[in-house]
Amino acid sequence: MNGGDEAGRLVRPFTLTGGRTRPARGDFTLITMVTAVDPQPAGGTRPQPEHARILKLCAKPIVVAELATGLDLPVSVVTIMLCDLLEAGRISVRQPSMISRTPDLDLLKKVRDGLGRL
Amino acid sequence: MAGSDPTPQATSAPDAVKILIAGGFGVGKTTMVGSVSEIVPLRTEEPLTTASLGVDDLDGIPEKQATTVALDFGRISIGQDLVLYLFGTPGQQRFWFMWNDLAIGALGAVVLVDVRRPESSFAAIDFFERRGIPFVIGVNGFHGEHPYEPDDIREALALPEHMPVLLFDARERTSCRDVLIALLDQLIAASAR
Repeated sequence: MNGGDEAGRLVRPFTLTGGRTRPARGDFTLITMVTAVDPQPAGGTRPQPEHARILKLCAKPIVVAELATGLDLPVSVVTIMLCDLLEAGRISVRQPSMISRTPDLDLLKKVRDGLGRL
Repeated sequence: MAGSDPTPQATSAPDAVKILIAGGFGVGKTTMVGSVSEIVPLRTEEPLTTASLGVDDLDGIPEKQATTVALDFGRISIGQDLVLYLFGTPGQQRFWFMWNDLAIGALGAVVLVDVRRPESSFAAIDFFERRGIPFVIGVNGFHGEHPYEPDDIREALALPEHMPVLLFDARERTSCRDVLIALLDQLIAASAR
């Protein structure tokens, strides 16, 4: 009965989010850079184990897609937990430049030169 | 005042940009990502049940088939403060609802073409053309062989004359790098216009 196992593997991660399947806010893209705030805010409730795992992984800046891979969880689950952490003031985020709307020549040249050095 | 910035981490974090590697199923997307990435390509899996709410109704399927969409991606560090991510787009048409999310904020795309079955990349070309997302064509030679000239391929794919068509080998790092550079050159030329 592979089907049942497969469904469990898919549904189980959402128990970590209390059954929520959508983030409360749209702050997170695949390449949004996330960093744990250091030092962590005093007071408040202690982070749950999965939240603590995220904080450990983002001690140095890391993008959401890599976090999801590191946690072995779907991006959709990770973004919900990141919303919790952002609201608790435990992480800071850096959004990617919205290049497709406003072309940034300097940024493009930087990427071009970087590739040239590979 | 030094202590006035409440989130110094946010400003010291590197900037991230992404390029999509698209094309039909089995055309060499993951191979290309793996060839240029500084890390072994990473994979995230999204349950289709949440990502496609309202798109695929699994309840109606007798044999409830739980499905995931796998996303493969790689990383290239461009100096200290800039990281380029390459995302291989899911090949099968039914996962296209994910493409919109993937396309947001992308610098551009590389559409990979296998000359033995170019039609498998038509849908990807359409997608980027319609959304005005800049792209170049990378023709991935089977065993590195290229029986056709770029002009022939441009014609077969009904592409405009200015569209860069690169013959390359997805297994070769420098070959993949050159395709990415061609995309950047295209982007730079377009934004300088």
